[in-house]
Amino acid sequence: MNAELLSRLQFGLTASFHFIYPPLSMGLGLMLVVIGIMYVRTKDPKWRRLSFFWIKVYGLIFAVGVATGVVQEFEFGTNWANYSRFVGNIFGSLLAAEGIFAFFLEGGFLGLMLFGGNRLGPRMWLAATIMVVFGAHFSAIWIVMANSWMQTPAGYTIQALPTPVRAYMTQFVQVMFTPSFIPRIMHVWFASWTAGSALMLSVSAWYLLRKRHIEIAKANLLIALPFFAVFSILNALMFGPVQSTEVTNFQPLKLASMEGLWETQSCAPLYLVGWVNTATQTTTGFRIPCLLSILAHQNPAAVVTGLDNFPPDLYPPINLVFQVYHFMFNIGFLLIPIGLLGLILYFWKRKVFQASWLLWLFVVTVFLAEIAITAGWWTAEIGRQPWIVYGLLKTAAGTSPALSTGEVAASMVMFIGLYILLFFLFIYLLNGKIQHGPEPLEDVESVPVTSLPDSFREIFRRRPARAE
Amino acid sequence: MNLNVVWFALFVIIIAGYLILDGFDLGVGSLHLFVAKKDEERRITLNSIGPVWDGNEVWLILGGGVLFAAFPLVYASLFSGFYLAMMLVLLMMILRTVAIEFRSKRPSPKWRGVWDVVFWASSVLLGLLLGVAFGNVLSGVPIDAQGNMQVTLFQLLTPFSLLVGITAVAMFALHGSIYLSIKTVGELQARVRNWMPKLMVVFFVLNTLVVLAMFLYRDQITARYISNIWLVIFPLGALIAALAAWYLMSKGRDLQAFIASSTMIALLLISGGVGMFPNMLFSTTHPRYNLTIYNAASASNTLVVMLIMALIGIPLVLLYTAGVYYFFRGKTELDPHSY
Repeated sequence: MNAELLSRLQFGLTASFHFIYPPLSMGLGLMLVVIGIMYVRTKDPKWRRLSFFWIKVYGLIFAVGVATGVVQEFEFGTNWANYSRFVGNIFGSLLAAEGIFAFFLEGGFLGLMLFGGNRLGPRMWLAATIMVVFGAHFSAIWIVMANSWMQTPAGYTIQALPTPVRAYMTQFVQVMFTPSFIPRIMHVWFASWTAGSALMLSVSAWYLLRKRHIEIAKANLLIALPFFAVFSILNALMFGPVQSTEVTNFQPLKLASMEGLWETQSCAPLYLVGWVNTATQTTTGFRIPCLLSILAHQNPAAVVTGLDNFPPDLYPPINLVFQVYHFMFNIGFLLIPIGLLGLILYFWKRKVFQASWLLWLFVVTVFLAEIAITAGWWTAEIGRQPWIVYGLLKTAAGTSPALSTGEVAASMVMFIGLYILLFFLFIYLLNGKIQHGPEPLEDVESVPVTSLPDSFREIFRRRPARAE
Repeated sequence: MNLNVVWFALFVIIIAGYLILDGFDLGVGSLHLFVAKKDEERRITLNSIGPVWDGNEVWLILGGGVLFAAFPLVYASLFSGFYLAMMLVLLMMILRTVAIEFRSKRPSPKWRGVWDVVFWASSVLLGLLLGVAFGNVLSGVPIDAQGNMQVTLFQLLTPFSLLVGITAVAMFALHGSIYLSIKTVGELQARVRNWMPKLMVVFFVLNTLVVLAMFLYRDQITARYISNIWLVIFPLGALIAALAAWYLMSKGRDLQAFIASSTMIALLLISGGVGMFPNMLFSTTHPRYNLTIYNAASASNTLVVMLIMALIGIPLVLLYTAGVYYFFRGKTELDPHSY
């Protein structure tokens, strides 16, 4: 163990743990907007009840997301000082933009969203929710933009003087819209929406299995199911492949590692499961001929570049990349039949609520989606190795020279302990909320909904209904 | 005025914004155990910052982002050099968030008691750590030609930096007490008001010691003030704001006192900033290695892009932050959704 390896592990740990929560902030947030719109349009109290329930869950998810996100903002400086010096001109500005444009939206309106139920009318409460959810998506834009620049850098020039060697911006628009950005943000958004709708699906299916809150759980399941089905299908069949094509074009070595493709060949196979042996340079497993050529180039006869085209010292840990990629790939495809079966059963015989085997599958969807998202990020980030900025700066050259192994070991121990505590608290409280379930409106409403200010004019003309 | 100066000024303003806004959050936290005795009172102190603390903390995150973008060499040197101290700051920020969010999720007094202590301790320690860090920035750090420094956590705990740290805790507690007085009523408010003049005296004495120590031992900063005596208006302004806060507090005009103490905090930070200008980190190894707003900055095109973003973004931020504060104005009350 040295400081570099520990710093990599620590960044991987803190980033992976953090990224459990933002997909839910986006996905569950989107579903909250849907439910809010349903209430404003129909005035059916069940939607208001669901809003109160899910916004509490949202607050919990958001809190852990913020707490762990702060770490990320400073960890570049603490553990990756030379990287920070190298990319400050470019990467730093994207991170600052996230702060100015996105975090303030989220942080500013979160209070109104969480505490707005008894202070704002339905339309204004929905508006606050939309601002927070918009902020969460905006945040993802900047962060994926910054990460995409590390994968496919563009719009830069390298200058050695004044020291240290640094990347300077030549074209901000190119920095923002590197070739990988659009495919990646779409993939991240759809994966997040899948996870968020899966959370609703999962919890409502659980209630139905336990025969609790049945009426409201049915309504909740029926609103989440079509979104889940559409998001999971579009992500696996459309935005996943779009990103594969982008990786093929801009990071061919990463693609070859993801598929364990040693030899450059036409009609390249795609493995469903397999094992890469780096020593013998072979990949064994169950494969479908020509499918990789189709996925990468939309043509079964196309030649896909293999690992043999690259010097071995630039290889990432190939089997690891292969395994996490296939994990994501297989789970992503597994989600499709779950959503489809649900829809078919519902439209065919309205039997979806009785099929307990299917409800159990619904319960596990949120875990599957979260695991797939993590595996996907591991593919992207481990597949980028040994580079920290692809083709420009090696990970080993990006560390903080002054850091000792002992210091990073100490912080690593701290983060492991803290995050285990945080995770158990999160699960404990989330479970508590779910077991408690959506409360009757009379328990959560302290004033009649019609008395709440529901336009900007009302908000700023009269005192908030609760005060004095 | 060139771009580097503009960005240094903006950075100082952002950090001042953080100290004013999250400052009262931290202050409320550090008084939490002392002024609020019953569970309901503790919920009120917690909920007085409930809807706003998250947005307030964003100013620090923005400060980090802006430092990374505008002065990447300072960002890299400072946070890698202060490694373990920075890790403790992150630990405290996480524990504090967790305590605020999780305290009221269960009715058990034991559960709530634990989180009350965590909330209090993390608020105090966060203030202390930020003050210690600022004390070290004022003193200078042993950076080498590459901008790296080898310092242990204990080497950061000099008498001067500890003094600045304790002063910061007192300053936040004072600022937080004025805020709490605005947001509370009755017995709780009476207890808060009882604390206010005492905190003022403690802060005033400590801060005077910091100023004296700076004048006597921090030659580079003293030299800068002597070379341009007009700069004294900033610390002088801070002194006037402090006295104004004291007077307004005693008259029970809390809101005006809060504005005065906010002004004071901003001017104290600005006094430090102009004292260091154009340096951002003094090197105790050799003045040649000082990181300045020029040799540590990003190129002008990055600074221009960022300035455009700031000019679009910051007015929006101020607008809706003001809106949220206006919406949650008045005394804090509890409802089924409070913490």
